[in-house]
Amino acid sequence: MDDLNLKRIALKIREGIIDGVYSAKAGHPGGSLSAADLFAYLYFEEMNIDPKNPQDPDRDRFVLSKGHTAPGLYAALAHRGYFPVDDLKTLRHLGSYLQGHPDMKCTPGVDMSSGSLGQGISAAVGMALGAKLTGRNFRVYTLLGDGEVQEGQVWEAAMFASHRKLDNLVVIVDNNGLQIDGKIEDVCSPYPIDKKFEAFNFHVINVENGNDFGQLRKAFSEAKSVKGKPTAIVMKTLKGLGVSYMEGSIDWHGKAPNDEEYAVAKQDLKKAGDILG
Amino acid sequence: MAEIKKIATRESYGNALVELGKKYDNLYVLDADLAAATKTNIFRKVFPERHIDCGIAESNMMGVAAGLSTTGIVPFVSTFAMFASGRAYEQVRNSIGYPHLNVKIGATHAGISVGEDGATHQCNEDIALMRTIPGMVVINPSDDAEARAAVEAAYKYDGPVYMRFGRLAVPVFNDNPDYKFEIGKGVVLREGKDVSIIATGLCVSASLEAADKLAEFGISAEVVNIHTIKPLDEALIVEEAKKTRKIVTVEEHSVIGGLGGAVAETLSEKCPTEMLRIGIKDLYGESGKAVDLLKKYGLDFEGIFSSVKEFVKR
Repeated sequence: MDDLNLKRIALKIREGIIDGVYSAKAGHPGGSLSAADLFAYLYFEEMNIDPKNPQDPDRDRFVLSKGHTAPGLYAALAHRGYFPVDDLKTLRHLGSYLQGHPDMKCTPGVDMSSGSLGQGISAAVGMALGAKLTGRNFRVYTLLGDGEVQEGQVWEAAMFASHRKLDNLVVIVDNNGLQIDGKIEDVCSPYPIDKKFEAFNFHVINVENGNDFGQLRKAFSEAKSVKGKPTAIVMKTLKGLGVSYMEGSIDWHGKAPNDEEYAVAKQDLKKAGDILG
Repeated sequence: MAEIKKIATRESYGNALVELGKKYDNLYVLDADLAAATKTNIFRKVFPERHIDCGIAESNMMGVAAGLSTTGIVPFVSTFAMFASGRAYEQVRNSIGYPHLNVKIGATHAGISVGEDGATHQCNEDIALMRTIPGMVVINPSDDAEARAAVEAAYKYDGPVYMRFGRLAVPVFNDNPDYKFEIGKGVVLREGKDVSIIATGLCVSASLEAADKLAEFGISAEVVNIHTIKPLDEALIVEEAKKTRKIVTVEEHSVIGGLGGAVAETLSEKCPTEMLRIGIKDLYGESGKAVDLLKKYGLDFEGIFSSVKEFVKR
């Protein structure tokens, strides 16, 4: 898919995030928006998947370790054809299959239940090891928050993944710089994130702008060529990207827009769509 | 009288894994640097390529097992009960229990019979922790024969299973041709009319011995082996309550939330009955020889005998 079409998809994902979170009157728009381009890239370009056969044993896997950004994942899955886009409005509603955090048992296309930070990466590591042990060629992708890497389990998983030489594993860190209590470097700095993964014997790729498809494409194709070790892609992003008042703002980590704010958000996204044509 | 054969159920676990490993090539064993103690080294010797040492990182090990299970592998995750149920509780709950993944947890060194290592390693809370996880099967086998049967049943069951094994060699009494293991089915081992002793794990054989001594004092005790704490054989528990009207639970576990808790929950709703819970009384263990500790904490046959005798008399 060319960059223009990926941009259009990313915009639809952003609309899905805003519609879902607005309808739920709760949820996490900021980190969903910062990763919207990554979701678009993975589900529309990178991953070997088939929405008609979501349990294909040979499919690539994605584990959303930062599970609170489920609205972004759900929007990507819906637009990729796993379930109706209209259902995004049932996010977090009683009885909906779109739970506050991903539930593999009830949502088509979700490869792992996640949400408790630090746990998804271990499951992704297990999947990647499973591919090696069962002689399958699928690749495993997992997305972590930059605050999430404060969890010790992330480093247990990283140590194990490189020890097992899991070159079919790509760990992506969404470095939007903000967590609930403030800037990550003020709360409890995980920097330098790249050097830490390097020390854990990962092949590390820094992406200056994780909201740019050209840069994402370059990083993921480099990851594919790596042999004998897992890859970590540390991508700088802008939290809340696409909605003017959410961009770079700590306030929109886990809050839904009210009616007026929703209207502004929709207008922002429509304008961006008009520019794309 | 012939010497009674004694085997630690952790050893049974290691041996059972080898037997099952021969039959099923999707069985893998995970350990966290304790293979010599959990006895998965018996499996490692035969199937080194199917033994995955995760290092001293139990939380990650549980997640790795969860991921492996989604690829058709049946992982048996092994470490001490303290770390499996305690340190990694939330990983077991959220990464294994919530998605109901096909992961088997072999937790060794449960209870105070860990012995000399002392309180930090003597887990008396694991049954309570594990049985609150929806969909988790919790099995506490009483001897070698039962432990091996439990491991096979766990492999054949589709979903998460927690198995509790001990470090101390315990008498083998289920090794007869009629022995059958069924998840969730209690076993009446001895008929009696004055009191029902409902026991689990290594307390079962001690309870049988206690029943012999109670008989000498004119007390007829029924002895029931509850190897599966969850799902609990509620029908049998209620039947016992109706039959003897006096229920004693015996376990090498806290009296809070374990077998005693589970039985009390069932009976208080379905057949309120006078009860005595024998177990570890809301306190930590300590260093010592396993047999001395069991005696000190009233879990040897004499301790069980005197507690039951007093309970029946009152």
